[in-house]
Amino acid sequence: MPIALVDCNNFYVSCERVFNPKLEGKPVVVLSNNDGVAVSRSAEARALGVNMAEPWFKFERLAKKHGIIALSSNYTLYGDMSARVMSILSTFSPKQEIYSIDECFLDLSGFPSDSLVNYGQKIRQTVKRNVGIPVCVGIADTKTLAKLANHCAKKGFAGSDGVCDFGRLSDAERSKLFASIPVGDVWGVGRKIAEKLLTMNIKTVEDLKTASPERISSQFSVVLVRTQQELNNVPCIELEDAGAPRQQIMVSRSFGTTVTALEDLSESVAYFATTAAGKLRQDGSVAASVCVYLHTNPFKENEPQYQQSKIVPLSQPSDDTTRLVKAALAGLKAIYRSGLDYKKSGVMLMGLQPKGSIQPTLFDDTDKQAKSDNLMHVMDSINRKMGKGSLTIAASGLGHGWAMRRDKMSPNYTTDWNELPIAT
Amino acid sequence: MTTGFASPADDYLEGRLSLDALLVQNREATFFVRAKGDSMVGAGISDGDLLVVDKSLNPISGNIIIAVVDGELIVRRLIEREGKIILQPENPDYKETEFKEGSELQVWGVVTATIKRFG
Repeated sequence: MPIALVDCNNFYVSCERVFNPKLEGKPVVVLSNNDGVAVSRSAEARALGVNMAEPWFKFERLAKKHGIIALSSNYTLYGDMSARVMSILSTFSPKQEIYSIDECFLDLSGFPSDSLVNYGQKIRQTVKRNVGIPVCVGIADTKTLAKLANHCAKKGFAGSDGVCDFGRLSDAERSKLFASIPVGDVWGVGRKIAEKLLTMNIKTVEDLKTASPERISSQFSVVLVRTQQELNNVPCIELEDAGAPRQQIMVSRSFGTTVTALEDLSESVAYFATTAAGKLRQDGSVAASVCVYLHTNPFKENEPQYQQSKIVPLSQPSDDTTRLVKAALAGLKAIYRSGLDYKKSGVMLMGLQPKGSIQPTLFDDTDKQAKSDNLMHVMDSINRKMGKGSLTIAASGLGHGWAMRRDKMSPNYTTDWNELPIAT
Repeated sequence: MTTGFASPADDYLEGRLSLDALLVQNREATFFVRAKGDSMVGAGISDGDLLVVDKSLNPISGNIIIAVVDGELIVRRLIEREGKIILQPENPDYKETEFKEGSELQVWGVVTATIKRFG
């Protein structure tokens, strides 16, 4: 069953370049809002030695010397461009799993195997032409291999022109290729695991693929056992189809730095709930419950791990930011444990239904409901006019410690009438 | 319990006309761009007008397009004449740009409509 992984090339930088072609061919870095580390870099910036997750202050001198352009991240823009890319990609397969803002898996079973490379090229050309974003396509029989094929496509291994289909390689060619790739480049093999593998003399992808399964399972968790099987063409990780109509709205972020305090988490959770509520009203829906979740960094295997979620039902379906924020914060309080380094939190609105369809209950206060509708309407229209986040619920904080630095941010080219690209 | 008669128009209800549906053929590939200056005034594009740009279309001679020239977006009419590609302004005060063999014209998108607001 062939699977494609389509991944946008340095997505954030590519988004910026679509609207600011002057950035083409220049070293460009996009910095995270939280702590100013590089989260996307152009090939030119990479060649100059800027590393991913490297803080700005560390390469500021290098940047000055070589004229590296640093931009703050504009997630409004990236979010819209991502939605466009994903929507286009969804037309290439009946089954799509959106894996992150800039990559998705496509189920290509049923396509003739000798035409997959051409199909991959068609995907690339269509996305490039329609939205201006360059993508690479990796094709293989398992998700882990598709990820690896994409990695090869990006690096130009195996003579692939932005598309790499492992199905086109003979066993010998594949072995040779795998023997040239460090084991740490495999999806799911973090730094810690790679280091441990190294001590066992498992250095390359080929080493891991051909290692004795008993040896792997005796030393590592079932996750790596599955990874090894996937490298051997045995699918273990299923494609999660999220193509169904929107049943939930999710807003979540990984934190740039780990967050420990309940106050900081509360602020981010309130912010997520506020953002999700805005989306909900845009859809003309109400939510029946609010799910909040948080987890520590699963890749830091030596640190205490915790992940928990809680669903808080609402007394009646609502689209009121204040109610949703309150529910989300109550949920957070219930699952929060102190003394842990949290990496990610999120809010999901569930049980969505059209606003007009809800049954009033005996306990509804219709007067209060009308007032709340007015407030939300005013809030949305001010945010539309004055820019997102002009008016929020106080719990979502003012100076976001976990989301600052937006001084070099590009305009919202696609979501704000006052910030459109200009043609002379 | 419902009372009274159903509206006789119920069976004939159709979606109300939407400018978005009329002007946007390909949602994912459509972007809005603001025109600045008077280089295309002869084509009815004035300073401040809104341009509807579809990136998915293949430009053909005669189309009004957004092109990238020296890193800037410009709006011009695309003309193919005697094997040459020309970006033609619609204002005698502006010069046309000719693309000779070897120099590549970078098309950003095809302008499919312009929207003017009065007042």
